[in-house]
Amino acid sequence: MIRIHNLHKAFGHNRVLRGMSLDIPTARSTVIIGGSGTGKSVALKCILGLVLPDQGHIYCQDQDINTIKREAYLARFGMLFQGGALFDSLPVWRNVAFRLLNGSKKCSVEEAREIAVEKLRRVGLTPQVADLLPAELSGGMQKRVGLARTIATTPEIIFFDEPTAGLDPIMSGVINRLIREIVQEIGATAVTITHDINSVRTIADNVAMLHDGVIQWNGSVDQLDHSGNPYVEQFITGSETGPIAATR
Amino acid sequence: MRLQAVLGAIGRQVLELLAVLGRFVLFATDTVSHMVRPPFFFREFGVALFQIGWLSLPVVGLTAIFTGGVLALQIYAGGARLNAEAVVPQIVAIGIVRELGPVFVGLMIAARVTSSIAAELATMKVTEQIDALTTLSTHPIKYLTVPRVAAGLITVPILVGVGDVIGILGGYLVSTQTLGFSQIGYLNNTYDFLELRDVLSSLVKGCAFGGIATLIGCYFGQNSGRGAQGVGRATKGAVAAAAVLILAINFALTSIFFAL
Repeated sequence: MIRIHNLHKAFGHNRVLRGMSLDIPTARSTVIIGGSGTGKSVALKCILGLVLPDQGHIYCQDQDINTIKREAYLARFGMLFQGGALFDSLPVWRNVAFRLLNGSKKCSVEEAREIAVEKLRRVGLTPQVADLLPAELSGGMQKRVGLARTIATTPEIIFFDEPTAGLDPIMSGVINRLIREIVQEIGATAVTITHDINSVRTIADNVAMLHDGVIQWNGSVDQLDHSGNPYVEQFITGSETGPIAATR
Repeated sequence: MRLQAVLGAIGRQVLELLAVLGRFVLFATDTVSHMVRPPFFFREFGVALFQIGWLSLPVVGLTAIFTGGVLALQIYAGGARLNAEAVVPQIVAIGIVRELGPVFVGLMIAARVTSSIAAELATMKVTEQIDALTTLSTHPIKYLTVPRVAAGLITVPILVGVGDVIGILGGYLVSTQTLGFSQIGYLNNTYDFLELRDVLSSLVKGCAFGGIATLIGCYFGQNSGRGAQGVGRATKGAVAAAAVLILAINFALTSIFFAL
């Protein structure tokens, strides 16, 4: 389990996280929803150690993450970035096999390529894509390559940052389905942040609503439509009236 | 009240400058520490050698040949006033090898390499590729900075050596083709006049300029702001800082060599 306790983070005068606390259960898919600029990505980056919180603690399997060796800690994670974050200068297969080629448990180039091609197949891409550069791919294909890279080393914990952002509804559906299947296949703990309610309904076991830097509601996906929480209700219906100001 | 505001603004700028300086020193220390610890990324190092060294050859060669030619003409014109036209080969050689060769190569590297490194890494930062590297258990300094700085330290002295030779060749061509110097005499005078310490000082300067130009490109790139403006600012800042630092280091090194 990942436990976030009383997390605070400010950038200058902008207090993004104001005491966020959340328990993320093991081998379940948790989706954090919330409007733009509410600190969802910042929270993920704090868990990964990419952003240092001003206050608060994050525990992974009851261990404060500051006491765990960074490399060993990061080796347990996979992350799919919003824009894919593929390395422009490397062909697709080297992107997918990056950790296999450069991590602590190195594979031979042939073995790494073989695994990369297999992972590309798993996300619905043909082996012909392996030698292309990321710039030669469509947005949907880049997301799939990002997903293949994320699962290349079968991580215990996977983060998905806006996995369907910028994709058409059909491709969004494909990505959501792949995420659901892959997370179940490898039995990973998944944390997704999204605005997309369709993604929430497809991917989530649990849902948490982040607003004003704190978790406003947390429950199972089945409870989402009957949460009784005004923030969640406004977010699901997309209404302009409610506790979430439309002028953010 | 107004004076207080002005002093406050100056103070903020000074503090900001000191903070940047401190961050840069930490970044440089981190780079050196990663340079001597495995793992090493040889593939990235090879790519950096090619991009910084080989692809800079045309611009270095062209800059050097024109500089050598111009220097020969100016020394001839100036020397003629003192009936000292004969010193053209010696002054061209010493001017190119000790000063103009390393400085012009350094500035060309700042323009071509520092800018490209800063823009590339800043774009990687903006598109979260640097965050992705970290999540893939790879330290960005080890993967991005160390190969580039190591390549700069190795290739720029070589480029300076090549630039020195081509600069002298430029002076030779102008002097023998338009100023009436004999070919053998020009080369003999150049060879006899140059000392090993002149060449060594040139190469040491090249090494320092290569290190600083690549390090600054990496620092500005990895610390860029958001969006296209952030990339633009990082690139502009990197080139300006590298150019000024190259000239400042050149002065410091020349003073040291002068004292030796």
